Amino acid sequence: MGTENVLVRMDGICKEFPGVKALDNVDFTLRHGEIHAVCGENGAGKSTLIKVLTGVEHNESGKIYLDGVAISPKTPMEAPALGISTVYQEVNLCPNLSVAENIFIGREPIRNGKIDWKEVNKRSEIALAKLNLKLDVSGRLDEYSVAIQQMVAIARALDISAKVLVLDEPTSSLNKIEVANLFRIMRKLKSEGMGIIFITHFLEQVYEISDQITILRNGQLVGQFETAKLDRLQLIAKMIGKDLAEFEKTIKEDVRDAGAAANEDAFYQARNLGQQGSINPFDIKIGKGEVMGLAGLLGSGRTESARVIFGIDEPDSGETEVDNKKVEIKTPADAIRLGFAFCSENRKTEGIVANLTIRENIILALQGKRGMGAYLSHKEQEEIAEKYVKLLNIITPSIEQLVGNLSGGNQQKVLLARWLATEAELLILDEPTRGIDIGAKAEVQKLVLQLAADGKAVLLISSELDEMVRCCSRMAVYKDKQKIGELKGAEISEINVMKTIAGGQK
Amino acid sequence: MKNLQINSKFVPLLITIGLFLALFAAGSVSYEGFFSMQVVLNLLVDNAFLIIVGLSQALVIILGGIDLSCGALIALSSMVAAYSLSHLNLHPALAVLAVLIVCSAFGFVQGWLITYRKFQPFIATLCGMFVARGLCFMINQDTVPITDPFFVTMATTRIKLIPGAAISTSVIIALVIVALYIYIAHFTKFGRAVYAIGGNEQSARLMGLPVDRTKVLAYTLSGFTSGLAGIVFCFYMLSAYGLNAMALEMDAIAAAVIGGTLMTGGVGFVIGSVFGVMIEGIMQTLITFQGDLNSWWTRIAVAFLLCVFIVVQRVLVLKREAKKRIRPVEFIA
Repeated sequence: MGTENVLVRMDGICKEFPGVKALDNVDFTLRHGEIHAVCGENGAGKSTLIKVLTGVEHNESGKIYLDGVAISPKTPMEAPALGISTVYQEVNLCPNLSVAENIFIGREPIRNGKIDWKEVNKRSEIALAKLNLKLDVSGRLDEYSVAIQQMVAIARALDISAKVLVLDEPTSSLNKIEVANLFRIMRKLKSEGMGIIFITHFLEQVYEISDQITILRNGQLVGQFETAKLDRLQLIAKMIGKDLAEFEKTIKEDVRDAGAAANEDAFYQARNLGQQGSINPFDIKIGKGEVMGLAGLLGSGRTESARVIFGIDEPDSGETEVDNKKVEIKTPADAIRLGFAFCSENRKTEGIVANLTIRENIILALQGKRGMGAYLSHKEQEEIAEKYVKLLNIITPSIEQLVGNLSGGNQQKVLLARWLATEAELLILDEPTRGIDIGAKAEVQKLVLQLAADGKAVLLISSELDEMVRCCSRMAVYKDKQKIGELKGAEISEINVMKTIAGGQK
Repeated sequence: MKNLQINSKFVPLLITIGLFLALFAAGSVSYEGFFSMQVVLNLLVDNAFLIIVGLSQALVIILGGIDLSCGALIALSSMVAAYSLSHLNLHPALAVLAVLIVCSAFGFVQGWLITYRKFQPFIATLCGMFVARGLCFMINQDTVPITDPFFVTMATTRIKLIPGAAISTSVIIALVIVALYIYIAHFTKFGRAVYAIGGNEQSARLMGLPVDRTKVLAYTLSGFTSGLAGIVFCFYMLSAYGLNAMALEMDAIAAAVIGGTLMTGGVGFVIGSVFGVMIEGIMQTLITFQGDLNSWWTRIAVAFLLCVFIVVQRVLVLKREAKKRIRPVEFIA
């Protein structure tokens, strides 16, 4: 049959979403008794690949073989019947039902026309015992921790069928001990000959548990590698698509006057700031006239840090100082009052109000800061809007244009203008150049540097390393929800960021 | 630990039962003649139809929906029954069948709109309610008496349980349906799927449950059950009128909530509705015994109780959230 006991083979899978080629001729091979990590940045196509395998999405071309037999699962119900079970990132069980019921619902044993609850409970206990777990299966699912819920999901998956197990980001909400326990079970299943597909953002975990790595980038296959033969630096380089050799050659453009920029009086300072489950406690200092960068792979904790700083997620540890005065920031309103501004990474959903005009959009945050009662005359609003349209070079026929009609880059500028209008002292920019064209990118970047030169403190988050390198005077590097290092001045280069990320825990 | 856990699941129900007993005890102490079997049985006799729709309402709420059409369907049922008997001279069995078919069809269409046309359950069943009320008056604008001997027999027959205490046939029908609903909710795949969908519809789908079919079936069952309640209502009133059972759906919803069913879906017991109805009934009885109070005080008392129950449920939910992560788990090495 298949060579070297191949369990799943996916050949030339293509999948297109309107406007995006989500998967472009991707191959994938999973063997018996193998844990296979799928790596890639967001939008690389990891989830789509899995969804094609599990019948949630349908591939336009390409073939899938399970144990040498061609399959094409059409619904999420068919795949388990074929032997492919999936445990999704968000536990997809019913929190209001008992543990036992969650394992057996839809397949309850019937006796004398009734569901045989004794049998359900007994068999659930056996299923969980296979995962080395013993618990009261009649308890409601939501009375257990997320880790245990994950285990219950795995127990259900295994009880239905046990050839291929797909774990999609199973560890994102687990603590260290829980992860260790999950890995122990994964190894046990592997030794029983099962093939496991493991998707995660945590690189350490990839190296800890996987045998093979498949790397995807922008919907294309970068390659399949043996974990032991691929070092971390290479992995990261392949994920973000930069050639190593090319990197070594890159000479960092003449170092900015970092000394002058890193003004000694910090505008914002935090010690031990953190929120359990989303970001481990970190220290950070942002000076006036400085662009501080938060670097790291997606899911590394950089956006989470910004959210905690701005009070979107209430921090549960640490203390913060603004202008050397102790402050508490628990909600975005607190932060805005202190002169913070936050341009969110989801321009469409969290920032721009598409069916309001430019003027109305620009005025929003200012109105919020002054309070709902404060009246801003139409004339005053126009003046403010005109000023920023000119300042940021927003291209529009008039300030009464609906923002939805502007290009992405100009929308981004309107968003910036909104926060600038509040005369913010600290600007948090999360992916300010995502989805806008190169010219607009350069303009936004220029603007960021300009703002810092004017004495504002800027916190910049971007997935594009070259942008970070160009703009930042200091940079905090994140990995696995933890700040692992800081680079400043001449140290800032793409290669150093990658080395820091690859270097592991501090 | 284990006992404590089991209790937390039953607490709302136990509170409801406890409250019922407390009200009964209070009445017994305060009023002469209150403490009798017949007073309790009359609660069943007078509210049999409400108990029946209370059950189906609870199941639909557990599904995560709502059914506002049940009161109007009861009125329509009585109208269809009266019309079939007096104008079409149908056999009573055929009249009953006609009622059940009409009501099931209503439920099915509502379920179909909700499931496949993504109507809000509130809106779909509100439309159903309007249509059903309107149809009543299309059939007849006046009160139509029901004189069919079968219906009259069913209405007047009393079954003696103990000397001085008797129940009507409606009560027997209601109790059979109670048993049926307990079976459906807790011992069939359909019933468990209803709970799963109410808990998390998306998950239920990903777990491979027949979500769409279950939803349509649940609303159809609700319509069918409203038809049954309508027939029992005929036994009780022996007449039909388009404005009968006005706002009864609200009583049914109140009964379900007082009985411990969460409006957010996924949580509750159908049996709770029975006690919810009993509580509404016993307050009515208390006010009757008091004599000098307007009977509309019942409404105010029910409103007050609803608020109390919502608070109790909220507290329980919060408590559960608080201790969420402390259930013990053993790892076998």
